[in-house]
Amino acid sequence: MMNLAFPPLLANVVARLPVTPPSLAFSALANRLLWPALKTLDWQSLVGRRYAIRVKDIGLSVRFTVTQRGFAPDSGAPELTISANARDFLLLLSRREDPDTLFFSRRLVSEGDTALGLTVKNQLDALDPEAVLRQLPAPLARAAQRMMAT
Amino acid sequence: MPLDLVCPAGSLVSLKVAVDNGADAVYMGFRDNTNARAFPGLNFDEAQAAEGLRYAHERGRRVLLALNTYPQTDSWSRWTGAVDRAAKLGIDAVILADPGLMRYAVKHYPNLRLHLSVQGSATSYEAVNFYREHFGIQRAVLPRVLSLPQVENVVKNTEVEIELFGFGGLCVMVEGRCLLSSYCTGESPNSAGVCSPAKSVEWKDTPTGLESRLNGVLLDRYGKDEKAGYPTLCKGRFEVGGETYYAIEEPTSLNTLDLLPEMLKMGIGAIKIEGRQRSPAYVAQVTKVWRAAIDAVKKNAEGFKPAPAWQAELNKLSEGQSHTLGAYHRPWK
Repeated sequence: MMNLAFPPLLANVVARLPVTPPSLAFSALANRLLWPALKTLDWQSLVGRRYAIRVKDIGLSVRFTVTQRGFAPDSGAPELTISANARDFLLLLSRREDPDTLFFSRRLVSEGDTALGLTVKNQLDALDPEAVLRQLPAPLARAAQRMMAT
Repeated sequence: MPLDLVCPAGSLVSLKVAVDNGADAVYMGFRDNTNARAFPGLNFDEAQAAEGLRYAHERGRRVLLALNTYPQTDSWSRWTGAVDRAAKLGIDAVILADPGLMRYAVKHYPNLRLHLSVQGSATSYEAVNFYREHFGIQRAVLPRVLSLPQVENVVKNTEVEIELFGFGGLCVMVEGRCLLSSYCTGESPNSAGVCSPAKSVEWKDTPTGLESRLNGVLLDRYGKDEKAGYPTLCKGRFEVGGETYYAIEEPTSLNTLDLLPEMLKMGIGAIKIEGRQRSPAYVAQVTKVWRAAIDAVKKNAEGFKPAPAWQAELNKLSEGQSHTLGAYHRPWK
């Protein structure tokens, strides 16, 4: 298992940053790296909603919304907030853990609109991992493959 | 073949993962309330179902379709339409609970294989044989209320294959007859396809614990290190006579690995894994463990002992604090 713990000093610095710059950076990065793989999702019930992701151990919080063209930073009150530690987010992204498993053991918290949360979860689950890997930039795809195989 | 491994799929990805990890059959549902996992974004449209069938059949596995809710009078055609689609797609069997729908299926598609859903609530061989005589069902999924000797009594007195639940979330087991959530939300699992409609569920992290609510009704408040469960009324903690406790049922998961030799010996046709609402990671992990266990018991039933690693893997995936053998193993009668 990789050591995915975040250095405490860095976590401290990140935690002090205001929400807006990370949200801007997240949306810009996600649009570049992930959107090509995610745009085939059925976004109909997901666009225009307000989301927040909290990476608890790092103290990082990003807020965003989704438009037809991709992610956009958002500062309004989120309708859905997903919180977990960095390592658990990586386990979820690499499909090595089931969200319900993490939820039962209290490592993943979903707050706000439960139906929206379930829609997001089920849509992401339905994504074909091979197709996603093909859409990712090559270095990221290689890193993801390594993570999924660990 | 005895002890067919029947695994859940909420998406095409999960179906492929189940097949790749050794499921003999995969069961799924269409994207509406004709099945008892009608969650937003889950389940199969027609194209995905066709692709799933192709994938499974190419590898010699089967695909079953759960049509296990009870049709409502104002939308009967939704359920019959689902039977039509299943037949057209070439689904290997449909899992039905409603006798009216069985009649429709037999009349229009005499070659379509029928399984009696657990929601049909048949607990005796007389009930199972009734469905056999009238609708020609080939397999029955027994409700999780019978002890193993009672199961054996059914198996011995019917030619219908018997499927038992092997692993996964437990419910209060008034299968096919539960209306509990409708008192809170106006929707019940048998008509709307879910115990707790997602739109009525609210989770909130508070200073005193993680709270779950169903349409405003507080179901549970989990302390810091307590494992959480699904937000259903039956698994809530309520204040009764000045005490707060699981007044209906404690959230636990069924795990019957220990009983595999007995199940093999009595001629159980199939083992069902619960969890169409879970993710591909769960399907992969559970299927792998059960494939290994079933292969091991078939090779050497006498010397069969579940590997500690299997139990550890399954425990990790469980809802609630612990796992249980359920009613299959109980000292009282």
